[in-house]
Amino acid sequence: MTAPPEETVTAETTPAALSTQPAPAPPGPAGRSLWGRARQLWRRLTSMRTALVLLFLLALAAVPGSLLPQRPLNPTKVDQYLAQHRTIGPWLDRARAFDVFASPWFAAIYLLLFISLVGCLGPRIRIHVRALRQPPPRAPRHLSRLPESTSYAGPDDPTVAAARAAAGLRKGRWRVRVRVGDEAGGVVTVSAEKGYLRETGNLIFHIAVTLLLVVVAIGKLWSYSGTILVQAGGGQSSSFCNVVQQYDSFRPGPMVNGSDLAPFCTTLESFTATYDSDGTARQFTGQITYTDGISGPTHSDALRVNHPLRLEGLRLYLLGHGYSPIFTVRDPSGRTFTQAVPFLPQDGNFTSQGAAKFADARPREVGIDGVFAPTATFPNGILTSTWPAADSPAVAIFVYEGSLGLDSGAPQSVYSLDQQQIASGALKKVASVNLQPGGSVRLKDGTTVRFDGVKQWANLQIAHDPTQGYLLPVAGLLVLGLLLSIRIRRRRIWLRCTPMAGLTSPAETPGTPGARTGGERRTVSEDHPREEGPGPARRTTAVEAGGLARTDAGVFGEEFERVVAGLRGTPATAAEREAE
Amino acid sequence: MSTSDLAHLSDSLFTLAIAVYSVALVSFCGEYAFGRKGRVGQTVSARSSATTTPAVERAMAEVGAPRGGSTSTGTRADDAEPREPRSADPSAEHARRTNGALASTFGRAGITICILGALLHAVSISLRGAAVDRVPWGNMYEFASVVGLVGVLSFLAVLIRQPRLRYLGVFVLFPVLVVMFLAGTVLYARANQLVPALHSYWLAIHVSAAATGTGILMVSAVATGLYLIRTRFDRLQAAGRQDIPFPVSLGRRLPLPDSLDRMAYRTAAFAFPIYTFGIICGAIWAEAAWGRYWGWDPKETWAFISWVVYAAYLHARATAGWRGKKAAWINVFGFASMIFNFFVVNIVVSGLHSYAGLN
Ligand code: HEM
Repeated sequence: MTAPPEETVTAETTPAALSTQPAPAPPGPAGRSLWGRARQLWRRLTSMRTALVLLFLLALAAVPGSLLPQRPLNPTKVDQYLAQHRTIGPWLDRARAFDVFASPWFAAIYLLLFISLVGCLGPRIRIHVRALRQPPPRAPRHLSRLPESTSYAGPDDPTVAAARAAAGLRKGRWRVRVRVGDEAGGVVTVSAEKGYLRETGNLIFHIAVTLLLVVVAIGKLWSYSGTILVQAGGGQSSSFCNVVQQYDSFRPGPMVNGSDLAPFCTTLESFTATYDSDGTARQFTGQITYTDGISGPTHSDALRVNHPLRLEGLRLYLLGHGYSPIFTVRDPSGRTFTQAVPFLPQDGNFTSQGAAKFADARPREVGIDGVFAPTATFPNGILTSTWPAADSPAVAIFVYEGSLGLDSGAPQSVYSLDQQQIASGALKKVASVNLQPGGSVRLKDGTTVRFDGVKQWANLQIAHDPTQGYLLPVAGLLVLGLLLSIRIRRRRIWLRCTPMAGLTSPAETPGTPGARTGGERRTVSEDHPREEGPGPARRTTAVEAGGLARTDAGVFGEEFERVVAGLRGTPATAAEREAE
Repeated sequence: MSTSDLAHLSDSLFTLAIAVYSVALVSFCGEYAFGRKGRVGQTVSARSSATTTPAVERAMAEVGAPRGGSTSTGTRADDAEPREPRSADPSAEHARRTNGALASTFGRAGITICILGALLHAVSISLRGAAVDRVPWGNMYEFASVVGLVGVLSFLAVLIRQPRLRYLGVFVLFPVLVVMFLAGTVLYARANQLVPALHSYWLAIHVSAAATGTGILMVSAVATGLYLIRTRFDRLQAAGRQDIPFPVSLGRRLPLPDSLDRMAYRTAAFAFPIYTFGIICGAIWAEAAWGRYWGWDPKETWAFISWVVYAAYLHARATAGWRGKKAAWINVFGFASMIFNFFVVNIVVSGLHSYAGLN
């Protein structure tokens, strides 16, 4: 600080003095040296203003992430968008607009914010620790210039008046320092301060924000999650083990080594869903058995929405469910193939779509695609479901024969047949039927296709995040710090007790020798007599009071009046207040 | 009573509450219209420079110090309108007094009616809860209703501290009525059960925190809007403009910018930790329901945006050169993002948070 002395006093009397906030960086170059410039840049980066701008940028940067489809949430929507917007789409893609929250520019903003936070926290903590150790500062020269100020005349000489006021303030849990002999002319000053917890809270809040960023970032690096669809009912298609190859989709963090995921296996033994009278689901329950660890006992548990299975190293969720119609194909040579194939729900009543592929059927491979309804009706001849439970299931299917195209090596969707095979005529439609459980259709070549019934499937998600347990305490710290910072006011009160010349005489104030000598340091004792007889001689001290608060001055004004009125011994009446 | 009777009664009381609030609104209009004209008689700078030297004033302005509250007068002078200089003309003086009395009658009636409306409103919400046997904030209609009630209640709470701001009731009730009207029409959903993901005590905690935060922030936004109007009015008037256009002309009778600014700050500062808590609860719930505590779902993204903008607002109030008008605009952006999150994200943008109950 190179401000002139007069300015320094002024700065002390402003609310900024009650905070550890960094002073605004001075504009203009700070010297030509590299070091000077670096320092200047650092001060800029760690200034309040920069933090504000970065906060703004962060909010702004998040906007496209919510308005444009995002790959991690919904890749098909991104593809649709790209197909519909042929000019701007690729540019947006190049700008990472479809994966905003993993984009370099989003990372740049929060990294800068992080650096700014850390950079400003260091000095702020230092200043605050120093302030906690130091007594309240000296009274500023002109108390009447403070946001709150008043003055009154009191009995006793300044030392006594100050001591009494100090005692009163201490009782109100103010931190107090009485200074005798600091100022000439027998003046005694009292400095009092309260609400240090505000700055502590503010620092806790900012530290918590910093920690939150760190913990979330670490979590992103070492966490993974994945989903797997399993059929209910036990057996091979109901089981899943935690190895990368078994997942339908797997999203590892950059530091995850896919080869040593926590050993864990689970089986979906059964699945039940209950529905309200209007068809909205009331509850889903998946009964599972699982083994945790390489070898160990088998446990059982129930997965429900909002009730995941939580183990040491991972969490298991039940995210969705649907139906798997069961088909049996019997080829002319008499061999039978049975499959339960998951169909994807298309509406709230689980009208579902999907396909079954029988690549081993001979002489030709058999493909089925169509619609499943758990409670079937045929308005206008089109199969739809009127109820989500499997009360009267039915399928409406097309049966194809020919080559499914599975051996070409190109990946195919499990929920549909390869449309190119159909278009090229390699796969021919040979039947179109509606079937109820047990119903079958016989094809020309002697192959029969039977709809056996239905199973349920469930979508499980496995998630692993080693840092998650630390987030809650950090978040708690954040709210706590915020509450302290916002609810507590840091405030100062100063009193300047000046002897009033001419109104006192040694005879009338026997307990106060040297009251007017001033300039010498003395300890303050509180055993001076308070009442010293009638007459104007009792009024021997002019007390000037000033107060300053950080934020929300209105409330402090009331407190200031109350405190000062208490110190002065008489509650300030409305009339007096008017008079001032 | 059967649950459908309860639901019907709840709906009727909701409509009644709208009607009662409307009467209160009219009454507040009366108070506003007959209120003293001389509120602008003195300006802040005139008052504060009387007791503060320019140097200190400048320094205080730089660090964002509250101005105006200069001496330890009993009632905080800046919470009220400045005293009007007495008119020399006796008949004008008489008219002023009658108008003043009329205004205060309107104001008191407005408050009473408003409290009555809030009671009806609260009963309507409780009955809805009884009818569906869960907390009554499970879809957009119910959420909007709760936000409206919180808005009214937080305004009443502000009045405990700053009673002279009563005549701002018009400006609070107006948005509340808009919200309730939309809730009762476009957002309306019959009393009904919720999807399994919402069967959780976190619904009670997370959504109530969000609704409370939103309701209070609405009052903050109103105060901020009025602050911007009033400061603009002062500027135009100081520039000698005679024909001040409509929304700005409202500034003639608004409280001093300082009290509006303080009201905006206090409400926002009160709401911010609640909103923060609400988001944290949302993350805890999302972890249990969806398998991750944060997934940048559109609703989450906009909650994040709002949070950051309000953090910026509180931050700006302590930042040199940002206090006042700039900070006020940040508050406006903050509330705009909340509105966007409620209406646009719920209705237009689809996401996991599809609880709107509209179909
Ligand atoms: C993620 C980034 C940040 C967030 C979310 C944030 C948020 C906040 C909030 C909400 C407040 C208001 C608390 C209150 O009114 O008591 C505040 C105050 C404050 N912030 Fe930050 N802040 C961030 C970064 C920073 C940085 C980088 C700095 C360093 C310059 C900083 C310095 C301060 C200071 C000094 C205050 C207290 C102002 C006062 O004295 O009243 N903050 N911050």
